[in-house]
Amino acid sequence: MLSWALHRISGLGVLAFLLLHIVDIFLVGYGPGPFNDLLFLYRNPIFRIGEIVLVGAVYYHAANGVRIILIDFWPAAYKIERQLYYIAMAVFLIGFAATAAVMIADMF
Amino acid sequence: MTTPHTRVGRPRPTGNNFELYSWYFFRISGLLLILLAVTHVVIMHVVNNVSQIDFNFVAHRWGSPFWRSFDWLLLILALLHGFNGARLSVDDYIRNRGWRIFAHSVIWSALIIFIVLGTIAIVTFNPASFSNATASAGR
Repeated sequence: MLSWALHRISGLGVLAFLLLHIVDIFLVGYGPGPFNDLLFLYRNPIFRIGEIVLVGAVYYHAANGVRIILIDFWPAAYKIERQLYYIAMAVFLIGFAATAAVMIADMF
Repeated sequence: MTTPHTRVGRPRPTGNNFELYSWYFFRISGLLLILLAVTHVVIMHVVNNVSQIDFNFVAHRWGSPFWRSFDWLLLILALLHGFNGARLSVDDYIRNRGWRIFAHSVIWSALIIFIVLGTIAIVTFNPASFSNATASAGR
């Protein structure tokens, strides 16, 4: 099932980013010099686009995750399974579009 | 969709064991993480702008024990949730016994290492120890 594959891919992708993120924030313990120097990496446009993809992965994983939880714990959910899928995707797309719009605008 | 028990995620494990608790942990931590992570994204990317975020931003934010705790909770839950998923992925895709031992060792080691790294970063951060004239959180 594609939604399950995307759930896994988005989860592992976010995890990989998280490990990088822990290392970079760890540098804050070395003071403003090294930390602020590292930030130039994050201002690179390619990285900014990667961040938008990351936010997409987080939002998809969250929306699909809520759908999984509903189907797991709500016995009647199977009756509206298709609608739940559409709602989850709608929540994902609307949230992502709004956030991505702000992030793209901030790039300029 | 004729069967009443169509599945999306894994079925709930039977028995009173680690897998059962990890199944529940995914769902409980997942809901908490939605709150924590989406707030984090909104603060960093919507309310603020990544190009404004620098050492002073972090120092100001971590001057508040609330945000330090918030970030630490996000750290721990995300690592546990994520590495639990990685563990399941290894179980699903890696069959060779030797590689399974290797992969699971990497996962558990990385989990501990990153919990320690992140906790050290959050708990020991003291901006006052840097001679930064504009640090607003040094008290």
